[in-house]
Amino acid sequence: MKAIKFAAAAVMSFAAVSAQAGTLDDVKARGELNCVVSTGLVGFAAPDADGKWAGFDVDFCRAVAAAVLGDADKVKFVPSTGKTRFTLLNSGEGDILFRNTTETMSRDADLKLSFLPVNYYDGQGFMVPKALGVASAKDLDGASICIQTGTTTELNLADFFRINNISYEPVPIETNEEAKTNYLAERCDVYTTDASGLAATRAAFEAPDDHVLLPEIISKEPLGGAVRHGDDQWADIGKWVVNALISAEEAGITMDNVAELGKAAGDNPTVNRMLGTEGDFGSMIGLDAQWAMRAIMAVGNYGEIFDRHIGPDTAIALQRGLNAQWKDGGILYSAPIR
Amino acid sequence: MTTESTQAGAGADPYKQHYEPGTHPDLPPPFATSGPLLWLRENLFSSPANIVMSLVSLFLLYKILPGVIDWAVLDAAFTGADRNECRAKASGACWAFISERLRLFTFGFYPVEERWRVWLAFVLLVVVVVAVLWEKCPFRKPLLWFGIVYPLVAGWLLVGGMGLTPVSTDKFGGIMLTLVIGVTGIAFSLPIGIVLALGRQSNLPIIKYSCVGFIEFIRGVPLITLLFVASTMLSYFLPPGTSFDLLLRVLIMVTLFSAAYMAEVIRGGLQAIPKGQIEAADAMGLKYWPSMRLIVLPQALKISIPGIVNTFIGLFKDTTLVIIIGLLDPLGIGRASLADTKWNGLTYEVYLFVALFFFVACFAMARYSLYLENKLHTGHKR
Repeated sequence: MKAIKFAAAAVMSFAAVSAQAGTLDDVKARGELNCVVSTGLVGFAAPDADGKWAGFDVDFCRAVAAAVLGDADKVKFVPSTGKTRFTLLNSGEGDILFRNTTETMSRDADLKLSFLPVNYYDGQGFMVPKALGVASAKDLDGASICIQTGTTTELNLADFFRINNISYEPVPIETNEEAKTNYLAERCDVYTTDASGLAATRAAFEAPDDHVLLPEIISKEPLGGAVRHGDDQWADIGKWVVNALISAEEAGITMDNVAELGKAAGDNPTVNRMLGTEGDFGSMIGLDAQWAMRAIMAVGNYGEIFDRHIGPDTAIALQRGLNAQWKDGGILYSAPIR
Repeated sequence: MTTESTQAGAGADPYKQHYEPGTHPDLPPPFATSGPLLWLRENLFSSPANIVMSLVSLFLLYKILPGVIDWAVLDAAFTGADRNECRAKASGACWAFISERLRLFTFGFYPVEERWRVWLAFVLLVVVVVAVLWEKCPFRKPLLWFGIVYPLVAGWLLVGGMGLTPVSTDKFGGIMLTLVIGVTGIAFSLPIGIVLALGRQSNLPIIKYSCVGFIEFIRGVPLITLLFVASTMLSYFLPPGTSFDLLLRVLIMVTLFSAAYMAEVIRGGLQAIPKGQIEAADAMGLKYWPSMRLIVLPQALKISIPGIVNTFIGLFKDTTLVIIIGLLDPLGIGRASLADTKWNGLTYEVYLFVALFFFVACFAMARYSLYLENKLHTGHKR
């Protein structure tokens, strides 16, 4: 681990130098966007039977490619593990990172990343068998809990139980697969990890309905994309593509009606500005006027992306929850395009 | 045996009969001295310890096998569009997943309409490998010459250019990627290893110490570190703007890595050759290279076969490490596929399939090495 940290530090110290070049020009010259994704995470990034990548994070890569290059398929996906993701980005092997990455201060400042707006608000949750009859995490006094060792979830768990003055018995495990096996064999009463991970794990059970996720979320995990320090124009492009997808849902622009709405300026100035029929917002970030239109046309607005990969109608069946628009009781609140 | 009775007749015990000289019929051997019973007695029940172990193993098989066969064959679903369909059909393994993903496992992300090129390269590879390994192969000589240019032909077929649509190497994946890395590593590490081993024994200090330095450096660093350096650090050392193909970097690193190990294996073989052999070659007026080629290396390589094949097998399995730099070998493809919501949670099937692939490949290499040892053994074998 120390060696990796050292290597990472060495990489980072070079990073500032290599990132000076205009990433936008590089991407355009290459004709392809290098997007760092996960090596496989249910609902967020996975190849299908024909080798085409699909998922929540993947669609954000495609949206950026559509905005910058005009073609959502001109993406080279760079699969990365949790350890290699930042190095790949900082060494220039990737232009942008969408890999369910929690934004933290140390990553932002110490690893020299610029985080894009949060695209998924996650947090640590609990899963219990329905038969246990537990309705709240505060009822878990004395429960045995499967927990991945060496993670922030372990610390969050200890904090939560200490604050509420109840006791638990930890069952340490290494991987999600191991946790699933232990939990189903009833070697622990509760399994805790990020809520989206719990939902994905539960979706793979023989009888998912026999298990419930408790309402308490005990930590903050704002997941978002990231780019290297040192190229503000490129960071702006990433930032505003994500903002445009979120704003599009708020403004009612969908994959189906975006072409119609973008033909000519309509009554709604917000929509006009976003789709380039009013003002000249694309050129401010080095793109043309139709940048947002192409992104929405390629993958749809935020809500459509969510519903397609992880929403209530998919096998993972995540509710919007915190990720609903601010008007609908969530905290998704994009800065306006104006 | 006493042969009192002289009465011949139908139904009489043939052992008790008396025959005239030359008329004795062929009799079956005594009980349990031939056939399956003899095999059982010699291999499974030859000593008390053996009997106990055989019985325990049989008991374990009896306990485990029915469950495994039920799960993997009798109660398994071989077709289906997703995991729920599998579940509806059978409670055991869901092989439909593997059959749906077989193309992905084989070709990775290689464009569908260009996959014939991979097939062609593979068929040519089989032809070359057969010609190299099997000395009674028809047209062996021209095929061996073709084998020398094969890497160029295969490279052209897979990467494209010069009339073929270019396919970038990041589209490589799955079994095809493993074969590309494995075969390249195996084909190039042996000659480089031989040169390094000879260099290490050289009398010329510069050659000797550069070989020693190279071998010791590579052996002192884990492969995963070299791959990591190749994938991420190299871009800092190259002039800005140069793009150096990622797969090529991996191929070079893997080849150099196994060449260093190979050199040490072959050095072991070289040191087993008595000095008299070299002196005899000198006495016959052979210069350095002819004496190596005709006298020393044939003997040294023969002794080193087990070690060489060991290194090959290690190299082949090490190809799974490329996942760390974002290339997906069969194991990586399997893991990534598991994240598909349609098939979420089918771990056992994927890992069994990948294990089977590696086992078949490595076992074949091991058997060939045994065959080669038997064929070449000239009485030194113990």
